[in-house]
Amino acid sequence: MDMATTLANPESSGSILLAALIVLPTLGAILLAFVPKEQKAAHRGIGATIAFLVFGLSIPLVTGFDATQAFQPQWAMDLGWVDAIGARFTLGIDGISLWIVVLTTFLTPIILIGAQKAIEHRVREFVISMLVLESAMIGTLVATDLLLFYLFWEMMLIPMYLLIGIWGGKNRLYATVKFVVYTVVGSLLMLVGIIYLYVKTGDTGPASFAFDRVLAVPLSHTEQLWLFAAFALAFCIKVPLFPFHTWLPDAHTEAPTAGSVVLAGILLKMGTYGLLRFAVPLFPEAMGEFSPLILILSVVGIAYGALVAYAQRDVKKLVAYSSVSHLGFVMLGIVAMNYQGLEGAILQMVNHGISTGALFLLVGIVYERRHTREITDYGGIAASMPVFATVFLIVTLSSIGLPGTNGFAGEFLILSGAFKDALPVTSGSWPLLSTIMATVAVTGVVLGAIYMLSMVRRVFFGPITHEVNKNLKDMSLREHLVLQPLIILIFVIGLFPTLFTSQMTASVKPLIDNVRPVVMSVRDPERLEKRFEANNHGASDPTAPRVATSTQE
Amino acid sequence: MEARTPHPSDLLALIVLLPLIGAFINGVFGRHLSKRWVTFFAIGSVAGSFGLAVAAVIQLMGMPEGDFLYIDLWRWFSSGEVTIELSLLLDHLSSVMLLVVTGVGGVIHIFSLGYMRDDPSFYRYFAYLNLFMFSMLLLILGKNLLVMFVGWEGVGLCSYLLIGFWFTDMQKAEAGQKAFITNRVGDLAFLIGTFILLFYSWGSLDFIGADGVSGLQTTAQQLAAAPNGTTVITIVTLLFFVGATGKSAQIPLYVWLPDAMAGPTPVSALIHAATMVTAGVYMMARLNFMFALSEVTMTVVAIIGAVTAFVSASIALVQNDIKKVLAYSTVSQIGFMVVGIGVGAFTGAIFHLMTHAFFKATLFLGSGSVIHALHHEQDIRKMGGLKKKLPVTRWTFLIATLAIAGIPIFAGFFSKDEILFFAATAHRSGAGPQTVVYVLAALAALMTAFYMFRLYFLTFEGEYRGDKHTWDHAHEEAVMNWPLIILAFLSTVGGFLGLPHFLHAHVLDSWFEPLFGWLYAGGHEHALYVLNHDAGTEIMLMGVSVVVALIGIGAAWKLYMTGKLPVAPVEAGWHKVLTNKYYVDEFYDLVIIRPLRVLARGLYGIFDVKIIDGLFVRGSAQLVSKIGDGLRVLQNGDVQAYVTAIVVGLAAVILLVGALK
Repeated sequence: MDMATTLANPESSGSILLAALIVLPTLGAILLAFVPKEQKAAHRGIGATIAFLVFGLSIPLVTGFDATQAFQPQWAMDLGWVDAIGARFTLGIDGISLWIVVLTTFLTPIILIGAQKAIEHRVREFVISMLVLESAMIGTLVATDLLLFYLFWEMMLIPMYLLIGIWGGKNRLYATVKFVVYTVVGSLLMLVGIIYLYVKTGDTGPASFAFDRVLAVPLSHTEQLWLFAAFALAFCIKVPLFPFHTWLPDAHTEAPTAGSVVLAGILLKMGTYGLLRFAVPLFPEAMGEFSPLILILSVVGIAYGALVAYAQRDVKKLVAYSSVSHLGFVMLGIVAMNYQGLEGAILQMVNHGISTGALFLLVGIVYERRHTREITDYGGIAASMPVFATVFLIVTLSSIGLPGTNGFAGEFLILSGAFKDALPVTSGSWPLLSTIMATVAVTGVVLGAIYMLSMVRRVFFGPITHEVNKNLKDMSLREHLVLQPLIILIFVIGLFPTLFTSQMTASVKPLIDNVRPVVMSVRDPERLEKRFEANNHGASDPTAPRVATSTQE
Repeated sequence: MEARTPHPSDLLALIVLLPLIGAFINGVFGRHLSKRWVTFFAIGSVAGSFGLAVAAVIQLMGMPEGDFLYIDLWRWFSSGEVTIELSLLLDHLSSVMLLVVTGVGGVIHIFSLGYMRDDPSFYRYFAYLNLFMFSMLLLILGKNLLVMFVGWEGVGLCSYLLIGFWFTDMQKAEAGQKAFITNRVGDLAFLIGTFILLFYSWGSLDFIGADGVSGLQTTAQQLAAAPNGTTVITIVTLLFFVGATGKSAQIPLYVWLPDAMAGPTPVSALIHAATMVTAGVYMMARLNFMFALSEVTMTVVAIIGAVTAFVSASIALVQNDIKKVLAYSTVSQIGFMVVGIGVGAFTGAIFHLMTHAFFKATLFLGSGSVIHALHHEQDIRKMGGLKKKLPVTRWTFLIATLAIAGIPIFAGFFSKDEILFFAATAHRSGAGPQTVVYVLAALAALMTAFYMFRLYFLTFEGEYRGDKHTWDHAHEEAVMNWPLIILAFLSTVGGFLGLPHFLHAHVLDSWFEPLFGWLYAGGHEHALYVLNHDAGTEIMLMGVSVVVALIGIGAAWKLYMTGKLPVAPVEAGWHKVLTNKYYVDEFYDLVIIRPLRVLARGLYGIFDVKIIDGLFVRGSAQLVSKIGDGLRVLQNGDVQAYVTAIVVGLAAVILLVGALK
């Protein structure tokens, strides 16, 4: 939506598809409120049906997506909302949000079916929470009005709070409070930032929260720094970027499986998505200033998350810390700010949702049988649950980035972007730092194998040490239904990543064309011009040797 | 550079796909299939692959020299300038590997039918073995570095699965994990090298471009011409070499291979002797256009190879587990191949890779036959005299032992000698031959002859030293004999593909001419590697090799056949050091593994829990609540106090404003 159309159509415009995706789950939730509490099966059935419907509705997003459109949100919609303050109900989707939206609609039915056995009390409230959460997540991803975005952002918090607080484990209260306080601290600062920007738009016309209006606001260097800090803190806590991660292991361990899957699968991506959608394009100079810090924290997070995961005795905590490591890769790709890095980062957000989501589902499956997550309570269960062991191993391989799986596709793109951004080393201080960081990041490949395979070995291999584990039931049909789609996706993305990244390119391009030069001018001034010489050289003559230009730099 | 013409070929895709289909069927449905069907899919897929491979190689032989077959399957990555196709390449180099892998692999599949017959997880074994064949074929036929890397990690995965095949034994599972992680350390370097190349090659990783000219070869030449380019080449090739030391079990990453013997013995033959472990050598030969450009890298490669060959041969001298002897022997023999790469004998390296695949597979399968016959006894101190019970095994084992020891006519003699000949005489223009490398390698050859005959004598000759019950039941099986006979035959004649240079009948040399010829082109003046064509020198060096081998065999005879030296380990200092493999595992444990574990626990227990969470997160929460406690005094509900405060405050503000005016 550019400004002209927004002003020309003040009443309403566009497609209602995205609005339907947001409204439908909430409508379902309202419907459930009228179904008697005791009818658990009805709640589960209706919940799953609605989630499936939403997924079905989201399929046109993929099939009808126009990959050639640049920064034009598709299926855009613009409705009057709080006209008095210029807030509008504007929605739109582009190549950055597309796959995360579809991931959301895809995972929600899986989570609902997966939780059928685990959630036994307050089923109605559970299904309602999940559906409201789905509305909020989709809303966050498609809102193009900053106030609307913020509203959905905060709306995600409540159902998540309930999911952990009601259906959580022993220490759920502590975990819930920690989760909420952490998140609220971050997002309040963001609200201050949003209001500041809103006031600033008043300089050039009626004050507005519209993204494109805000984007046009001229900001001084200092303003950018402060605003970026306010936005980035909210997002980095959500990611979570080291050292803001300590809420995550507690939230994950206490949350029920459904909560963990939705948390790891989608909620964490809101942080990286927010950075990419708002913080980076709105405040590119500040992104340039903060780049070294973010780069170091991401890479420290990759190694730190992996090492700390290695020290865990609780399977769920181990997977939680592995998220810190994996999201570090996503951040690394964002900092690299080139096609490979950005597309890899978006792809890796989806990948992490699938692989880590699957891991939490798998942990949930054994938890339902044994009611323990301690690694030492298992051992040798590949003998009693061979199919489960195989599925677990496949997901593990995806998590440690074996080529052919989705994990490799994302990591390969991110790391090639990171190295491209760094090389050649001899051309300044940023390249040196970023080469070191990229190299350290690659060690995540080894560390990932160490903690994941050690866990697999201790849980699945060796003799069965506990009598109870001898007769564990292998995966049921329902559990297969829940996991097989994820397994298939692991390979589909791993073998055909281009199907996914090609939809992103047009939306990433504006970031590269408009935002990257500004970021570079702050971050790496001595190299900026030469880099563009090199690019132009390449553009005019694609066969020209890259070597000569690069070594001159 | 001469353009080489590409020819599209669908055969390549089928060659790779068949074992994958076999793996899928047996892996997913195998538990419900009878052994007959499992056998059908497992053997059928590999046999089909071998048949198609032969067809493809025949097609290749009919084409003009230097042309190659390829197939582009689909665009795997496309992001910015990075475009990577999923594509396969059959050229003169990969064709040799293709035949060795599908041929030897097929024979070992058949041997496994007998060896694994009574295993309850028969289907799972063959699913893994087929998956291995698929990955290995992808590694060999990959047209770019990334497809090669898929196979590279894929074979690592299969190795992990097969070493830990009997997973209820924790030690075996640990050995599998050790193999995977050690390999990943090498893969890390491989990946970094790939990323650097990706930058300098404009986002393409093809070994050879669609036009038959461009590709990494061009990138290498452009780099060599650019200022500082040689440094880049050196860094990149050293990184790839680290990758090779992981997969090909060289110093410092060789430690996983001896432990890998925990897997079923046919697996040791296929993966940990004949094919996968030689992948590093293949990769370096594939990248010859880059490795050869860096003198630093080539020197490092040659020295590491020679030291590995020497050190592991010395460990093999005293091992008492039949498979451990062969494992260290494998490390040592791959060391020879690596020396070959390092001294510019690329043909020799691949030649030795091939003959080694034949004779080492024979030796491992032979040991498998022995182990199978003796109810899983692997200690050679409890063997002896088995030639009476296992005649086919004995003869084939003897042939392979002669081959590895370097006795003329047998295959190992020719290939090993070609490498030694290069080490002693060939040199880069402007540098001398690498005499140290030659001496180390020759000493390793001496020890090889010794430990192999020690193994042979203790196993097959003399008196049986185990228990009688086992002896009575020891026998051979036809399904396991035929593979031995085929491989022993190849170990005998395989060497004729590379007869000594003075005979001018070196088949492999002319076969590899389009790939490696550039190294030696340009005569004495301009060649990168200057060769010695003097027949006298070559014959003299061959004589030295034969004498060295005979000394080793004689020493083994003297010690183990005349019965004076006890079979049990001697408690001498050097003996103890060798038996404990120079304490390298202990050293790594102390320096890497334990510190890593301590670091992990420390980061979690102290940094994460106490500092970030304790001090900052809870600390700030407590601070807030302390401030809250303090402020609570102010809002105690006493209205009079409030009013007083308001009045005082107002007065203060008024005074302040007045003062400022």
